[in-house]
Amino acid sequence: MSETAKENIKIVKHATCTFCGCVCDDMELTVDMDAHKITKAKNACVLGRAWFAEHVIEDRPAAMVDGKEVSIEEAVEEAAQTLVKARFPITYGLSDTTCEAQRQAVAITDIIHGTVDTTTSVCHGPSGLAFQGVGESTMTLGEVKNRADFIIYWGGNPAEAHPRHFTRYSVTPKGMFTPNGKKDRTVVLVDVRKTSTAPVADIVIRVKPGKDFELLWALRALVKGKKVADNIEAITGVSMDTLTDLVERMKNCRYGVFFFGMGLTMTRGRHFNSGALLALATDLNEFTHFVAKPVRGHGNVTGADNVVSWQTGYPFGVNFNLGYPRFNPGEFTTVDTLSRGDADAALIIASDPASNFPKAAIEHLHKIPVITLDTKETHTSKLAHVAFTTATYGINTGGTVYRMDDVPITLRPAFDSPFPTDEEILTAIRKRAHELMLAKSGLGAAGGGGTQKVAAPRKE
Amino acid sequence: MTEIMILVPGRSSKQGTSLNKGKLKDEYLDVTSRVEMNMDDMQRLGLENGDKIRLSNDTGETVVTCSGKKATDLPSGMLFMAYGPPSSQLMDSDTAGSGMPLSKHFSVAIEKVT
Amino acid sequence: MSSSLRIVNGKVHDPANGIDGEIRDIYISDGRIVDASPEDAVSIDASGMVIMPGGVDIHCHIAGPKVNLARKLQPEDHRRDPHPGTPYTRSGSGGTVPSTFATGYRYSTLGYTTAMEAAVTPIGARHTLEELHDTPVIDKGFYVLLGNNIFLQNLLKEGRRDEFKQAVAWWVNSTKAFTTKLVNPGGDEPWKGKKNANVEDIDEKSTETGLSPRDIIQAFVETVNELGLPHPPHIHCNNLGHSGNYKTTLETMKTAGDLRAHIAHIQFHSYGGERGKNPTSAAREIIEYVNSHPNISCDVGQVMFGKSTIMTADAPLAYLLRGFKKGKWVNADTECESGCGIVPFSYQEHVFMHTLQWAIGLELFLMSEDPWRVLLSTDHPNGGSFMSYPKLIRLLMDREFRIEEMKKVNQKALDKTSLRDLKREYTLNEIAIITRAGPARVLSLRNKGHLGAGADADITIYDEQEDKEAMFNAPRYVIKSGKSIIHNHEFVGDHIGKLLHSTPAFDTDIEQIVQPFFEDYYSIEFANYAVSDQYLHDHEVIAGIKTL
Repeated sequence: MSETAKENIKIVKHATCTFCGCVCDDMELTVDMDAHKITKAKNACVLGRAWFAEHVIEDRPAAMVDGKEVSIEEAVEEAAQTLVKARFPITYGLSDTTCEAQRQAVAITDIIHGTVDTTTSVCHGPSGLAFQGVGESTMTLGEVKNRADFIIYWGGNPAEAHPRHFTRYSVTPKGMFTPNGKKDRTVVLVDVRKTSTAPVADIVIRVKPGKDFELLWALRALVKGKKVADNIEAITGVSMDTLTDLVERMKNCRYGVFFFGMGLTMTRGRHFNSGALLALATDLNEFTHFVAKPVRGHGNVTGADNVVSWQTGYPFGVNFNLGYPRFNPGEFTTVDTLSRGDADAALIIASDPASNFPKAAIEHLHKIPVITLDTKETHTSKLAHVAFTTATYGINTGGTVYRMDDVPITLRPAFDSPFPTDEEILTAIRKRAHELMLAKSGLGAAGGGGTQKVAAPRKE
Repeated sequence: MTEIMILVPGRSSKQGTSLNKGKLKDEYLDVTSRVEMNMDDMQRLGLENGDKIRLSNDTGETVVTCSGKKATDLPSGMLFMAYGPPSSQLMDSDTAGSGMPLSKHFSVAIEKVT
Repeated sequence: MSSSLRIVNGKVHDPANGIDGEIRDIYISDGRIVDASPEDAVSIDASGMVIMPGGVDIHCHIAGPKVNLARKLQPEDHRRDPHPGTPYTRSGSGGTVPSTFATGYRYSTLGYTTAMEAAVTPIGARHTLEELHDTPVIDKGFYVLLGNNIFLQNLLKEGRRDEFKQAVAWWVNSTKAFTTKLVNPGGDEPWKGKKNANVEDIDEKSTETGLSPRDIIQAFVETVNELGLPHPPHIHCNNLGHSGNYKTTLETMKTAGDLRAHIAHIQFHSYGGERGKNPTSAAREIIEYVNSHPNISCDVGQVMFGKSTIMTADAPLAYLLRGFKKGKWVNADTECESGCGIVPFSYQEHVFMHTLQWAIGLELFLMSEDPWRVLLSTDHPNGGSFMSYPKLIRLLMDREFRIEEMKKVNQKALDKTSLRDLKREYTLNEIAIITRAGPARVLSLRNKGHLGAGADADITIYDEQEDKEAMFNAPRYVIKSGKSIIHNHEFVGDHIGKLLHSTPAFDTDIEQIVQPFFEDYYSIEFANYAVSDQYLHDHEVIAGIKTL
């Protein structure tokens, strides 16, 4: 310990943890600059501590083609050539990188007339579809802290997936109109099993697996004063008394909040479940102020939704084959383009579909040229034709991420990485792909921003 | 003897911490190949903590290690495991036009591996 | 093509410099207009064409959190209107809330080269700047929402006016904003904290702060004038859309006294009649006040029939509109700062209210005595898309066309207005004022809205045509910062455009006063709140107005 004083130690205050969608920006990192390592992450939860401790400088080549180390320039060239040559290239991942990198990834896909999709499609994609159908009454997390007196968690387990959600935003913090913190709030948990979130809840409701929609629809009916079938308990596992009590509490609270998880989106009913919940929150605004928020998983999955939306008009599953964006989940979403065998090349950024996608999709990934950008070796990088090792966002790079409530935050890097950033690699691929596409269409290697004449004057 | 149960994969903090080490590391592979089962069900099926069981459905199969949970925490007939390569083996690729494969609600057959 | 251009033989409309349709040559060098022809200049022959400065939109909603929610909400709106890319430009989606790239390119295809996003939450500033960076061709800026800011209201409640002023200046700097925006001042707290209630009277005191909307408006008008921001507070009055609201609007303008104030989308605030009953037109009462008070400027917020999207920080209003069809609706509360509501909407000729709104907007334009202060807007996309500006220009310039259009609308509503009797037709010079020179002046954009030496070379060249809609729909040439963007109707280049913002001086001690409030009631770190210069891309600080 006596050596500590000699060590090259840096403290980074107000740093941001990008492991989960909570995007806590109150980290105080102790960085051993010689060892290129974060030795302490004050304020971090168990997941955050692991995130900061385990992201060290990997002993891997920065770029590989077919498993052999190559220069970054060669790998960029091979990646651009592969993507431009493909007839149905897909871009996927993006939820664990900065908005700056996401903007480049969408630009590449636009230029090569490919398909861009993010991990949203296998996370809260159904909630995105529900949003398009019914809208959403929602809020930033500070409103929950300041105002919420009634909170329902539905189909999510923040105790394990978002450990600081309760203490930082929703249950215990003392806010403007909730000066006593948890004492001023009632917390309800609806789930199929008793998760580790249950001890936080005042009321625990266990719904039968796959019956969330029925339960939500019954609540909508009761809120509107309509009759609900007597056998509702047999269907949903929840008694009528419990339902009517819940409805009274919802209607009479001052500021009510739903937080919902993938227990709704990944089960029978998918977007209908999310839609029923969003519609219920909307209905309740006839009586009081009520809001809802999907609890998002990855550190910048919300940024990915935002970037893809502002650049294309659609949140995920966007295809540019015709030279403009088209949106069709089920057609242009990645599980589908892979499982059906449509994709003939894939650019995968900060994601590992070869580990967690359905079997048929993984099998197809083995058959096509794959380009990966990741901080570590993954199942997907192992099968990749071109594999880049990149710096970790928020630890080695700056940039912007969006918290689950769309609040953007600027990252404060802790220490430099010898590896390039996702943004740098993607920018290089974009530039090269643009040159190749211009050459393909006979316009030479002109970049954007020129004022050269390209078309004969049109007579009217 | 086989029995059909509902498998609900999900996140766990151990899965979260171990994936930071690396998805190809032993710890992650271990965490994602464990399944939780109602203790009464285990007793009925003659299973003990640490026994290997095979989960299978029309899509695929995987062999995982089981451990017991109190009946008050995990209802009879339900299984829980952390997302990962083993649970992917059982996931059908049909998204019903939504982009989302059913990832939390699989009917699986259970069989003790001896 | 070189960076020097010479535009010859065109008919120039440059009202700021007193030029009304003269044939003149315009010279461009290094992005600016110059007096003498540069030696290596490339010529554009503008014979038979009309030359104007690039258009300046003083009030639109094109970037930021609420705009992106509205984009995500309406795939059906994009689907019918794709925006293909070109070898030089990105693709995108259209509709009433286009993607960022489509927004920039489409503004330029109308000859607009500057647009101001009119409502951004401070915490959403970073998001807005990212979107504006991806909004090509045009220069742009935004107004930051401060009228329902809880910290600022607490200072007012405690009578701490100097700290209030410092805090306003700090907020404008910290967000890279252009000026301040007030929306339904005092209306947020009843909406969020009192089960979706609203404030109805400009003199109604809040139970929390003891402040009335008038107290807030007055404090902002005085403070922003003292700070000398390039544009006064941009005010969305209380009671938008309600019958009888013209009284609130008059009271709001009176509150400003003789200080500068801008009333946003004033058409939506010019209704007579009794609250809850059918409205009448109060266009005359409103425009007479504006005509006789040179300190007041406004944009009209014209309603155009067809698809629109309501998006507003006035959350109670959006909920009210949602109630008509019970369709999809977004509400988005922003901690300590703002509310927000979004509703897809459409204005229909046969609907009494919609016709009345359409006619009141035209009445305001046609009864305006000073085009420099009554400016063209549709409150895009609330009253209709900015893509409908050419049609609106034709309605103003072409009485025959107006009469034809009047035949299609609800006649009972039309009877309640004086539109049939208004014979005025705008001239090209007046159009140049309400779409360029006027907004540039009201925004203190000294290098925009005119074609004198030193001005930014933002220039639009239209083929002169009898059909003014067709004419303003498709300029033959658009030059942005001296660069050819559209040449013979084709995109020939791309351009990122500048962020326009202001940097009023403030005492940095104010940060110590804001910080404790922040730590108690915000959910992000104070140190991570202010937007750093990395988000500015290309930018220009617009100097303020010296005040006494």
